[in-house]
Amino acid sequence: MKFSLSWLKTWLDTDVSAAEIIEKLSTIGLEVEGVHNAAEALAPFVIAEVLEAAPHPNADRLRACRVSIGGAEISVVCGAPNARTGMKAVFAPPGAFIPGSGITLKVGEIRGVKSEGMLVSTRELALGDEHDGIIELPADAPVGTAYAVWAGLDDPVIEISVTPNRGDALSVRGVARDLAAAGLGTLRAFNPKPVAGAGASRISWRNDFAEACPWVLGRTVSNVTNGESPDWLKARLTSIGLRPINTLADITNFFTHDLGRPLHVFDADKIAGSTLTLRHGVPGETFAGLHGKQVVVSSDDCVIADENGAQSLAGIVGGVATGCDFSTRTVFIECALFDRVHIALTGQRHAIHSDARQRFERGIDPALLPNGLHAATAMILDLCGGTASEITQAGSEPHWRRKAKIRFARLKTFGGADIRPDEAVGSLEKLGFTVYRRDGAHAVLDVPSWRNDIAQTPALEQSPDLDPVTAKTTAEGAAEIEPEVDLIEEVLRLRGLDAIIPVSLPLSRSIPAPNLTPKQTRTALARRSLAARGLMECVTFSFLDHNIAGLFAQADEALRLANPIAADLDQMRPTAIATLAAVAARNIARGYPDLGLFEVGPAYPEPGSQILAAAGLRSGETGLSALAASRKFDALDAKADALAVLAALGVATDAITATAEAPKFFHPGQSGLLRQGPKIILAQFGALHPSICSKLDLPIGTVAFEIFLDAIPEPKRRKKSAPALPAFQPLRRDFAFLVPAATPAETLIRAAKGADRNLITNVTLFDRYAGKNLPEGQISLAIAVTLQPTEKSLTETEIEAVSAKIVAAVGKATGGVLRN
Amino acid sequence: MSEIDPAAVEADEFSKLAPLQAAVLSKLNEAADLAALETCRVEVLGKASELAGLLKDVGRLPPAERPIRAALRNALKETISSALETRRGGLEEAALTVRLSAERMDISAPVRPEPAGLIHPISRTMEEIAAIFGAMGFSVKEGPDVEDDWFAFGALNIPGHHPARAMMDTFYLNAKIGERRALLRPHTSSVQIRTMLEWAKAEATGATPEPIRIIVPGRTFRSDHDATHSPMFHQVEGLVIGRDITLAHLKGCLIDFLRAFFNVPDLPVRFRASYFPFTEPSLEVDIGRDRKSGEIGAGSDWLEILGSGMVHPNVLANCGIDPREYQGFAFGVGIDRITILKHGMADMRPLFENDVRWLRHYGFSPLAPANLHEGI
Repeated sequence: MKFSLSWLKTWLDTDVSAAEIIEKLSTIGLEVEGVHNAAEALAPFVIAEVLEAAPHPNADRLRACRVSIGGAEISVVCGAPNARTGMKAVFAPPGAFIPGSGITLKVGEIRGVKSEGMLVSTRELALGDEHDGIIELPADAPVGTAYAVWAGLDDPVIEISVTPNRGDALSVRGVARDLAAAGLGTLRAFNPKPVAGAGASRISWRNDFAEACPWVLGRTVSNVTNGESPDWLKARLTSIGLRPINTLADITNFFTHDLGRPLHVFDADKIAGSTLTLRHGVPGETFAGLHGKQVVVSSDDCVIADENGAQSLAGIVGGVATGCDFSTRTVFIECALFDRVHIALTGQRHAIHSDARQRFERGIDPALLPNGLHAATAMILDLCGGTASEITQAGSEPHWRRKAKIRFARLKTFGGADIRPDEAVGSLEKLGFTVYRRDGAHAVLDVPSWRNDIAQTPALEQSPDLDPVTAKTTAEGAAEIEPEVDLIEEVLRLRGLDAIIPVSLPLSRSIPAPNLTPKQTRTALARRSLAARGLMECVTFSFLDHNIAGLFAQADEALRLANPIAADLDQMRPTAIATLAAVAARNIARGYPDLGLFEVGPAYPEPGSQILAAAGLRSGETGLSALAASRKFDALDAKADALAVLAALGVATDAITATAEAPKFFHPGQSGLLRQGPKIILAQFGALHPSICSKLDLPIGTVAFEIFLDAIPEPKRRKKSAPALPAFQPLRRDFAFLVPAATPAETLIRAAKGADRNLITNVTLFDRYAGKNLPEGQISLAIAVTLQPTEKSLTETEIEAVSAKIVAAVGKATGGVLRN
Repeated sequence: MSEIDPAAVEADEFSKLAPLQAAVLSKLNEAADLAALETCRVEVLGKASELAGLLKDVGRLPPAERPIRAALRNALKETISSALETRRGGLEEAALTVRLSAERMDISAPVRPEPAGLIHPISRTMEEIAAIFGAMGFSVKEGPDVEDDWFAFGALNIPGHHPARAMMDTFYLNAKIGERRALLRPHTSSVQIRTMLEWAKAEATGATPEPIRIIVPGRTFRSDHDATHSPMFHQVEGLVIGRDITLAHLKGCLIDFLRAFFNVPDLPVRFRASYFPFTEPSLEVDIGRDRKSGEIGAGSDWLEILGSGMVHPNVLANCGIDPREYQGFAFGVGIDRITILKHGMADMRPLFENDVRWLRHYGFSPLAPANLHEGI
């Protein structure tokens, strides 16, 4: 919503500065988005008198002028044909930026005559297209005065953003009313004289869609002369960026902005028949809209039709066929009240953004129809002449009168502000509220017709799970409280929210309880653990290309976006490994091949399920060093990452088993699940499948893991028992076993450990050998077993006995034998 | 038995032993290394040595002379042993010096590579927010990203024809939750709704649940993509409900938060009237920030930072809370936005690009999590 300061002042009687107005607008909820003042760019230009315009001694077409701006005479060379002695003109001094030509003026010499400035044309000031000569001012124009100020161009245009609840502020008068109520002047009265009509209107209304249009007025004005609007009207419209069209159209645009009262004018001679009908659109019906596009109506739209069909999309855009132009002699004025929701839905459906739609959608003043029509009629008669008919109408003024109650104490107990009742009521009265009843504790006020937002809110949409009693009680509560809150809001915003003294939230205890759940704490710990292991945390989108998602899991249609912003962001990710893979590929393409990345975030493995997972990916090598050979990351690095996180989160890693059943996007021979017990899957890890790597531009051998944070059982908060710390030294015994090549090391280690649970505290695999000197299909696994005596040192016989148990247990579990 | 002269015996023995002592000591000193010294030790103290012979002969000496001569011979052995140990010590030290100088490392050499992982700035901001609001007694609530349109709009007093519900702004899924269309939540308010529903249920059973004081951080989604908008972004919303919570608390709480978060104790904070369907009155909040330098708390410009307001009575009633009994405030902050503001980043997009060079530049150490006692 734009308006100029001078336009505002036609409604607001005030002496305050533009700066004060601008500051106030923002604080009362009419946020200023921009201020443009043409005079600022024109500040250097002053009114000058041409003392003498003599022919240039060396150029036929130029004149050497002596110019006065009040001080010393100035020499100016001028090429304009109209430059002459004694005229008043606009002078630009050296240093001035000429907006029309984009140059900054310098002192020069033109064919031997000094030129210390310039006399400018309308086009050079970017005020119009005129460039046939320099601007010629009346003889009484005061020499030396700033031209823009004298010409009335010092008129800032203010653009405000009006929130959706404030239809009333989409008018200059509405803005003026708010400012007056906020103490910045007085609102001028609006009392248009009713224009009596002569005879019935040639066009009458028929309303077959009262739901979309509860009330419509109209009247015909005959014998009008439509042409260009007078300068003042054109200036008003151009000041806010509107293009003047013709007087009748300009008048409707004027009232749309001045009063927030959109109007439409039909050329009555172009209407087929004598009736305009408000009705549902007929599918397939089309007309050429005034916005330059064809409108194809639907049956949900409300259209205004004559005998030939739809001529206007009601409240949104009129049609070309029945529009007014310079030839219009008879005009029919439409002044309607359209339903907000209908307008909103039709507007969205057609994606037409018009000033009329914006106002109807946010709610216009339902009581303003008669006065709006009278004001428009008066202006048409004034500017175009003619004779007005009687008013024709369909429907009737809707019920809009409402009351709202405020308890004065609530200004403090809800609003937190100390405001006296008189002050509160005074503010509301300035907004147009009238006191219906008042005592020391409360007041009941009548809500003005233009405030559609007060004491009138959308219907409740209560949760279906509420019990009927609660639903009823709370609905009554909302109905009772909402109007009061509306009034408190009005008082507070006008008075300024700065008047509310901030109060820190009181604490119920001086040391707050932990504000994270155990699960949230574990999530944070997972994040820190992975970063501490050298992985870089990433944040990637929850959605990706469904073709990529399909490489990782079935890309379910139910997890596809109906309206993605881009085709490659259309599917909810089944795993964050998928989006991390894209990040890795981009970084590798940038020349950074050695990567460790992770993300802690949601994944959407199937419809209706969202899980929290810590996913990670490693690609490339450990890094060049003089001290250790660089090596490629492998699946067991990914396993180590997963185990480290699980350990940090309190999972007993001893009890975790790795099983080779990871999803198909992993290398089938280099991947696994980490399980706790038969049911819980804690994590998956492995090398990515080579075919996935090539599709995603990742090097073969890239490894990944995903830890399912939701699956991790909450650690039991048991007190730990005292640890056994035997006084005897542990012993180490090494064993090498020949086992079938496919034997999982975990099976062997577990068997060895189980051989004597009292004595054996640790089993470590320290060598794995496959190759020469071994029987076909066998490998050698070597383990170091730690024996921790608890009561006395072990004798050689006892050690032998344990060793035999270990060999037997491993043999039983794996079929392996001790290697010589 | 003839008397002997002990002095004469002693002198006689001494004259026999003195050349031996001189010879042995000089031999010891000549030993160039520990191996030579060991050879020498065997030679001078071993079974075949002259000294060993002398000590062995003691038994055969005349008894009267025996104590005198034996004492001298044993003293010589002590002297030689001690000289031997001294010489060994010297040689050992020299050998150690030689070894250590041979073992010198290039301590200027780079260490073994240890890739340093860092925490993403968005996570860091979330931790900071949780810490600050934690101190104000808020707990952290989370909820699902996929919601139905009641939780995202209906419950929040956003009517069916509201533009926010159009496909222009909100992402919808090709799925339904019950009878309602599934969508990606455009804000985390849905979790506020869930919290209020639970609270109202508890309250309806006659329990007196603690007043609500929660923050809800999380992923949010809107159909927008440019330098300041991302189709996925992060938001934290807050909700405080009680019997006597007023706009003054809203102001106090948000001023406290903004000053703590931006670490500017006197940060100017401005409240402006605005409009949101779910709050009434609604307030937009600006902070002082110098437009040219970007410095928070400096200059005379204002920057809009968050939206807030008193919870709309309809929203309370939609969740089964009686607005005559309870009232409170809510607010929403863009986590990504305050992250880029706090750290002086120009653009939102790099937050989600995950360029490792950028992450290395802006990331945070995992060992220094955000908490108030160490400073944020």
